[in-house]
Amino acid sequence: MTDAILNATGVTMRFGGLTALNDVSFSLTEGEVIGLIGPNGAGKTTLFNCLTGLYSPTAGEVALRGKQLPEDPAKVTELGVARTFQNIRLFPSMTAEENVLVGRHCRMKQSPFSSLLHGPGFRRSEAEALTRSAELLEFVGLTRFSDELARNLPYGDQRRLEIARALATDPSVLLLDEPTAGMNAQETEATRRLILSIRELGVSVVVIEHDTKFIFTLCDRVLVLVQGELLVEGTPDEVRGDPRVVEAYLGAPPEEVEAQIHAGEQTP
Amino acid sequence: MLSTFLSQVVNGLILGSLIGLIALGYTMVYGIIQLINFAHGEIFMVGSYGGLAMFTYLLPTAIQNQWWFALPLLLIAGAAIAVVVAVLMERFAYRPLRNAPRLAPLITALGVSVALQEAVRVFYPNATAAVPFPKVFVEGTLAIPIGDGIVPIRYTGMLIIVVSLLLAFALNTFVNNSRMGRAMRATSQDRDVARLMGINPDRVIVLTFVLGAALAGVAGILYGADLGLININIGLQNGLFAFTAAVLGGIGNIKGAVAGGLVIGLVKTLGGQYLPGGTPYDYVWIFVVLIAVLVFRPQGFFGETERVRA
Repeated sequence: MTDAILNATGVTMRFGGLTALNDVSFSLTEGEVIGLIGPNGAGKTTLFNCLTGLYSPTAGEVALRGKQLPEDPAKVTELGVARTFQNIRLFPSMTAEENVLVGRHCRMKQSPFSSLLHGPGFRRSEAEALTRSAELLEFVGLTRFSDELARNLPYGDQRRLEIARALATDPSVLLLDEPTAGMNAQETEATRRLILSIRELGVSVVVIEHDTKFIFTLCDRVLVLVQGELLVEGTPDEVRGDPRVVEAYLGAPPEEVEAQIHAGEQTP
Repeated sequence: MLSTFLSQVVNGLILGSLIGLIALGYTMVYGIIQLINFAHGEIFMVGSYGGLAMFTYLLPTAIQNQWWFALPLLLIAGAAIAVVVAVLMERFAYRPLRNAPRLAPLITALGVSVALQEAVRVFYPNATAAVPFPKVFVEGTLAIPIGDGIVPIRYTGMLIIVVSLLLAFALNTFVNNSRMGRAMRATSQDRDVARLMGINPDRVIVLTFVLGAALAGVAGILYGADLGLININIGLQNGLFAFTAAVLGGIGNIKGAVAGGLVIGLVKTLGGQYLPGGTPYDYVWIFVVLIAVLVFRPQGFFGETERVRA
């Protein structure tokens, strides 16, 4: 707990009579990758929305480095939380490079006059941002698509572009909402390696994913969310063996699910 | 007659670039908040009257006659007053309705439009009739002999074309290659995600109104300087043309607004010259073109067939 970077305490989110999240607490350590799993409608994305200031929790609080998150998503991003989306939400009519440059927005300084007259301060800031986005596009392997409109990119590459755009905000916490949804085995493996190299940069990551094999081979810790409540928390091994997870999360006869989960272990 | 044709082309380009300058405000605001800001034409009119007031009541006579000094001052004053009115309008009329159904701000825009027009009529001295606008640029025309005729080009007309195209170019560069310009485009494509990129949408929306109003204010001064006479109806009339131009070019698109403006200018002057009915029918041809474009290419010249919105 000593070097926890993100702390959620008793986060509860109600929409009218529906309790989407009930008393969820967890913490994220620096350089850690946490997996967040649970059946559809368990509240995973709602939790992400609470962690990014899109929703302010009905009760409980979220703190980044001990400081409570502001209610304005723009300020949360500035403090260092970035995310991607389950249904890809790039800026479709901007190029890949421009999408990353938009991510750079809160780290850039340009005075109005300098940007109208293209003064030295403006040029320096644009050059810095362009260099950084070129680095990030290379990091996710999209350099060749730099001038392509985001909506024309192949599906898997759109997901990688979203990650590059999120990284452009210089986050200390990165939230990935189903980063491998719709990907084939190779793309999934590439994404796994990408997330590991993001961790190398010192960024802490929370990943929502349905692909249990992906989660268990990637994450340091796994949280299981069921009907808005944190059911189990532990290492992949602990979670995998927990009968409550098998029963509640997958809702299938235990033997079958066991087989499914362990099937993932054979391939590295 | 070649010279007649070319004269009308010149007139069309002058009118068209002025219309295009106003159309930029319609198209930008629509791009960001999907509001047809019907009060934008009145912002143009207010800019024109603002410049006039500045000239009449603030400028010492010695400066009034030095156009190279008075004109820049007037352009700045017109833009500044238009910006102030637009910012107040955004803050108090549109922002409270940000999440209301789209019809509400639209009706409000009509209301603001009437309010601004009436405010000028009631409070500006002698505004019930047309007011002479000061000569703040070189008067006269440059006559270019072509074939057996001449093509006259007003100096004020040249000023309009040069200033409008320069400003449109500057705006386009700003929107495409600057931090706030990208923030504007991002906000227009997906406001929620833009917020998650650290962009403050309120600031972007205000900036959009400011830029549009500044251009309209400049247009108001140029219009007065060219015609030498303004009245409180110029906003309604030119605003309607500019709105049509924005729709023709593809609303939400900056290049489209300028192209639409030029097309309207040319249709008006050439239609008035060559089509049956003459000048009294020139408005008709503008809207015939609008209808034709809406039938065959509803998204406008540069518009996208489908807007991807969350």
